[in-house]
Amino acid sequence: MKRSRIFYVNLAFTLLVCAFLIVPIFLSMLAGVTVNFFQGIKSGLTLSWVIEVWSLYADTIFLSLLIAVACLICNLLIGVPAAYVLARKSGRVARMIEETLVLPIAIPGLAIALALIVTYGGIREFRLSWLFILVGHVLYTLPFMIRSVLAVLSSFDFRTLEEGAASLGAGFWKRFRTIIIPNCRAGILAGSLMVVTLSVGEFNLTWMLHTPLTKTLPVGLADSYASMRLEIGSAYTLVFLIMILPLLIALQLYGRPRAAKTTISDPE
Amino acid sequence: MTSDQEVSTSIRLEACAKTFDDGTRALEPIDLEIAGGETVVLLGPSGCGKTTTLRIIAGLEAPDPGGRVLFGSDDVTPLPIESRNVGMVFQSYALFPNMTVRENVAYGLMVRNVPKPERAVRVGEMLAMMHIEELADRRIDQLSGGQRQRVALARAIAVRPRVLLLDEPLTALDASLRERLRIEINDLLRSLGITAVYVTHDQGEAMAIGDRIVVMRKGVVAQIGSPKDIYYRPANAFVADFIGTSNRLTGHLSNGALSFQGGSIPWQRSEAAELTVMFRPQDAEIVAPTEAQIAGRIANVYFLGDRTKIILEAIGQGPIVVETTAQADFVIGSNVGLKINPDRIFEIDGET
Repeated sequence: MKRSRIFYVNLAFTLLVCAFLIVPIFLSMLAGVTVNFFQGIKSGLTLSWVIEVWSLYADTIFLSLLIAVACLICNLLIGVPAAYVLARKSGRVARMIEETLVLPIAIPGLAIALALIVTYGGIREFRLSWLFILVGHVLYTLPFMIRSVLAVLSSFDFRTLEEGAASLGAGFWKRFRTIIIPNCRAGILAGSLMVVTLSVGEFNLTWMLHTPLTKTLPVGLADSYASMRLEIGSAYTLVFLIMILPLLIALQLYGRPRAAKTTISDPE
Repeated sequence: MTSDQEVSTSIRLEACAKTFDDGTRALEPIDLEIAGGETVVLLGPSGCGKTTTLRIIAGLEAPDPGGRVLFGSDDVTPLPIESRNVGMVFQSYALFPNMTVRENVAYGLMVRNVPKPERAVRVGEMLAMMHIEELADRRIDQLSGGQRQRVALARAIAVRPRVLLLDEPLTALDASLRERLRIEINDLLRSLGITAVYVTHDQGEAMAIGDRIVVMRKGVVAQIGSPKDIYYRPANAFVADFIGTSNRLTGHLSNGALSFQGGSIPWQRSEAAELTVMFRPQDAEIVAPTEAQIAGRIANVYFLGDRTKIILEAIGQGPIVVETTAQADFVIGSNVGLKINPDRIFEIDGET
């Protein structure tokens, strides 16, 4: 097949943009395994920076993952039912709540963090625990989950589907589990992807909320850039990418065949 | 809860009214008795309250306080739909897109905890009955409209409901398919012997399917009767106009005859000074002007193949429609006589 010149121009432009975005990441990753960044690659490759990062910051990585997972669970438990309720209620109040929920996206993370500290900072145990950061993350990510599920809910007539299920004898929880949740799967997955990504990468809020004992990955990264050798910061980035990329790819793949056969769960 | 073979549950509505939250009165208090095994059609234009009535029977809407819904001798008024053991077919079918055809049909049985082997057998029977066995493992979005309709029916009757409720089940289909499925649904309802309530705005569908028809208008029952009653003895002008074409003649009564522009007909059945009668287009014939007491002029002629539709003017207040199977040549503008079958003229309440 003969392709027009326009095609090749477009292709070249696309590749250029990709390169512009990817090359810095690649160079940063490379810096993390270079003996001396200022002498360049000829100084040799080493894993010692990575090992050093691991020994210094492993806990931040695990804390970030812990918070991300906990944040996702909170979002699933709060966000999905909240979206359902908002979709069911058509009144002005529901619309107002929906709009209000978006506020945390518009307000700077620092302001939210400050508000949390002013309000709850006095509760010492809470202030010192990682749960303090979790609250901030949930507040910040919840609108993404709710929006995502709401979008799916408004794309099909879930009320009639529910009426159909009810006519067949299904009570509310049965309907919610077998009809609403499976049909919202795409939205829940897209929302989950957002929530995990945002939570793992969140810096603004977390930087204000963290204590020396509750440092997350991005906070640790900032710390290492500020106080360590450039190679350590780069090695940190490398570790970060190696940890997060498979997670995101797995979530994407899981969400891809969205119409995959879902079997009815059996009541045992 | 799966009461087997309780196929002929009667339904009774007592003073069921419905006022929505915004204050709109969707349904004036209605009393309705539906015998076990009977198919009743709720017929009327949109906004007449027919769907609301069906949803009250189903349990999807609660009647205003004071209204009661009874299935047989059980008062089901406080029960939500999931506890009423009804089968329902929705206008949009409400099939579950996250399940296959088989899983859709099995859903009600799964909810009722019917053991798996028995479930499979019953689902197999339903699929065979509706001739959709080869679609069993398809997803809903892979089905045509007619196929979806069959799946919806199979799903609704698989649970052996006490009553079957159908909300405009054929509206979403094209005309020829509608015709075919109408016959199938009719056969199905007869063979199941189930009590069924069928909502439609299509009078042809109502005639074909209903044992009795409830014609509704603005939240009020306009008439209840067999298809023949409704057609030949409409209670008022609204019913007459809604069910097929009707001709109306309004005139003065004197000396045992009803006179109007163009002639008169003998009429002894009323004392009123002024009244309206109606007749159907096929209950009159065109004759020579000298042979009839009514004379008019042919305004238009439509040849419809098996019959001819003739519009007459200069009779009564409006055009008169006559349908005939006669093969004569009808000339537009010619003066003709109109002879109406005296057994098929009925007095009606002239108000629309």
